[in-house]
Amino acid sequence: MLDALTVAVAVTALALAAWCGFAAYRDQPTKDWHFIGMAVVSVLALAQLVVGIVQLARGERPDQGMTIFIAYLIGAAAAVPAAGFLSLTERTRWGSVTVAAGAVVLAVLEVRLYDIWGN
Amino acid sequence: MSDTDRTGAPAPQHETPDRQQRFELGSGPGRVLVWFYGVFTVAAASRSIVEMILDFGKAPLAYVLSAVAAVVYGFITYSLVRGGEKARKAALMCCAAELAGVLVVGTWTRLEPSAFPDSTVWSEFGMGYLFIPVILPVTGMIWLRRARNA
Repeated sequence: MLDALTVAVAVTALALAAWCGFAAYRDQPTKDWHFIGMAVVSVLALAQLVVGIVQLARGERPDQGMTIFIAYLIGAAAAVPAAGFLSLTERTRWGSVTVAAGAVVLAVLEVRLYDIWGN
Repeated sequence: MSDTDRTGAPAPQHETPDRQQRFELGSGPGRVLVWFYGVFTVAAASRSIVEMILDFGKAPLAYVLSAVAAVVYGFITYSLVRGGEKARKAALMCCAAELAGVLVVGTWTRLEPSAFPDSTVWSEFGMGYLFIPVILPVTGMIWLRRARNA
């Protein structure tokens, strides 16, 4: 359950990074459609946070420790919204670069989450 | 109503206020730097805090170095957001310190791995963080040098 969600978040995050990277390449700021994309990725990351906490509550334990697991879950949920807010006040191509960077950071966090959860 | 009469400062060229003008450091390409420095502040700070709480005795030197890195990152983030010449100079110095830190700690971990039972943010030149700890200060210094002329 968590693995499927981890893969889904990572893939959508990379797609968002490519999309915003393309916008930056075309010298465009983030537009409404990009923000809808960010919302989709953020909802997935939030779902992951909820599922992760539910699994912890059901007694399952991550390989590398609970504290680190929860910290990464929160970081993953916050990454894209934070980058999105930065791009709201930076209406140039650099706002798009910021969101692309944020999505890449999220994808990296997902890889780490996968390791931390283990099996 | 000439500007020179009012400010009393030695003939300002543009509408520069007599105080130091606060130019932006955190906009344009700087916004991307704010993002990365912000991420690394959170990453290094939470990492060192968690490690120190869980088991400080395991690798005190490594954890303290991670905490130092977090402070440096935090200060640079703040300076970038604040803007202005003073912040620019301070951030430039911190970037230099950061680069020196990465290089020293990176070399140190290579030469004497036994001193580091656990890794730091700057271990192996930041390899665990995709070498971003090495790239970031260089990019930061380039941006801060250019921002003065902008």
